[in-house]
Amino acid sequence: MTIQEIFFYLFSIIMLAAATMVISVRNPVYAILYLILTFFSAAALWILLEAEFLGIILVLVYVGAVMVLFLFVVMMLNISQSRVSEGFVKNLPLGIGVALVMLAEVLMVLWYKNQTGIDNYPIPVPHEQGYSNTAEIGERLFTAYLWQFEIAGVVLLVAIVAAVALSMREREGVKSQSVPQQISADKRDRLELVDMPVEGVEKN
Amino acid sequence: MDAILEFAWLLFRIVLFTLLPLILLVAYYTYAERKVIGAMQSRIGPNRVGPLGLFQPFADVIKLLLKEIILPKEANRYLFLIAPILAIAPAFGVWAVVPVGDGLVWADLNAGVLYILALSSMGVYGIILAGWASNSKYALLGAMRAAAQMVSYEIALGFSLLGVMILAGSLNLQAIVNAQSGGMLDWYWLPLLPMFLIFFISALAETNRAPFDMAEGESEIVAGFHVDYAGASFAVFFLAEYANMILMSALTAIFFFGGWLSPFEGWAFLGDSWLRDSSIFWFLAKLIFFMFNFLWIRATFPRYRYDQVMRLGWKIFIPIAMVWMLVAALFVFNGIVVRGA
Repeated sequence: MTIQEIFFYLFSIIMLAAATMVISVRNPVYAILYLILTFFSAAALWILLEAEFLGIILVLVYVGAVMVLFLFVVMMLNISQSRVSEGFVKNLPLGIGVALVMLAEVLMVLWYKNQTGIDNYPIPVPHEQGYSNTAEIGERLFTAYLWQFEIAGVVLLVAIVAAVALSMREREGVKSQSVPQQISADKRDRLELVDMPVEGVEKN
Repeated sequence: MDAILEFAWLLFRIVLFTLLPLILLVAYYTYAERKVIGAMQSRIGPNRVGPLGLFQPFADVIKLLLKEIILPKEANRYLFLIAPILAIAPAFGVWAVVPVGDGLVWADLNAGVLYILALSSMGVYGIILAGWASNSKYALLGAMRAAAQMVSYEIALGFSLLGVMILAGSLNLQAIVNAQSGGMLDWYWLPLLPMFLIFFISALAETNRAPFDMAEGESEIVAGFHVDYAGASFAVFFLAEYANMILMSALTAIFFFGGWLSPFEGWAFLGDSWLRDSSIFWFLAKLIFFMFNFLWIRATFPRYRYDQVMRLGWKIFIPIAMVWMLVAALFVFNGIVVRGA
């Protein structure tokens, strides 16, 4: 085994074990931590495949931001541990169904590949030193797939605007600061200096 | 066998040239902090242990290590002990791609900036988990504040680096430094002045330092996320905070102040002076300057109110950074700044 293979199996085992723990562990905070470990191992596998941009972005976006908010919400909700496993039996048939569909899809791909002969697919050659996956992706996105990239950007922008619009509502009976009012506060409107004789000091 | 030996030798060099100097720097950073803030408040600062109090950091370390690690009864003991490790690992891991001199870097990554952003975004887990695992209300409040604040300012931090990426045309840190060569007027602080200010202020917020130390907020939530930590486990959090400050100072020097480049590079009238040579000396000088700024700001400004911290990050820094990104693109487009040179 080459060193790459050792690392591949190491990260794969960690990833599969962590993914199993995500759905089997009882404490939701632990489940999220295992999910983070799963993402991290997936990122490591991508980096082994010379897709360092995707790997780093996975850590940056999912581990660094999305999962922090997940953790935030789970800690705030304080979900009781018995309620997490409540729907397990009820949803089991549905879960098995989805899993079977996914398994069938994987098998179909393998079957199709076998039809044309697995030998027809050459082993991918590693890129030469100095190959930059990041630059490559940037070049493709801004030349060949510019339209798709821009449309994806607009879709995300619409999602941002929608999220802001949904959460921006005037609530009754809530006190909140008005920043312009605070900034324009002036001591002349609020402070009054009053002259008064000195008290409590006796003249000698 | 050879591979293992080679690996051990690499590990030894990493410890000798990066880890040890970093930890020593942290130790004397705490000493400098007390001396500098003491001077700013007309006090003397530590002066009892050794000449001028120079052995004070070691006394502190020994004290912290010999103290008992207290595990609160209702705390989640695994996460409680893992949290400090999760806080310090990213702070050290990022140094793998930070060049301290020409070619003096462990891993010369093409996607170095992304690696830095990804790893430093991991630092928040140590704080959140510490706050949650302590199972105390002050710690949880501190963790919540830290989580919201660090995720928000990460965006401003990332946006302020976009200008650097546009001007340098690279994500490689050595390439970014080399793109700034030519003297201090060619460094990126000048064309990207608003970005530099946003970066440094966001760095203060990312490291949870005053005036953004809401996560600790000793006057309202005691000590925030690390209120239940004692002894060595507290020392690790302390180490992580200062290591992060040093890291942010190094990054500011690299992204906006030309890293190891000499400020007088293009000044021909200086002759063959050593001042014109780029070397690790200049990197250290810039590093120490920005480290000093962290202390200076702490001694100067009172703590921000929490809603104002959020407003500053989301409503002021991010829009300014977006606009200045366009300005940076126009600089390159019109040839005012030559990309990558």
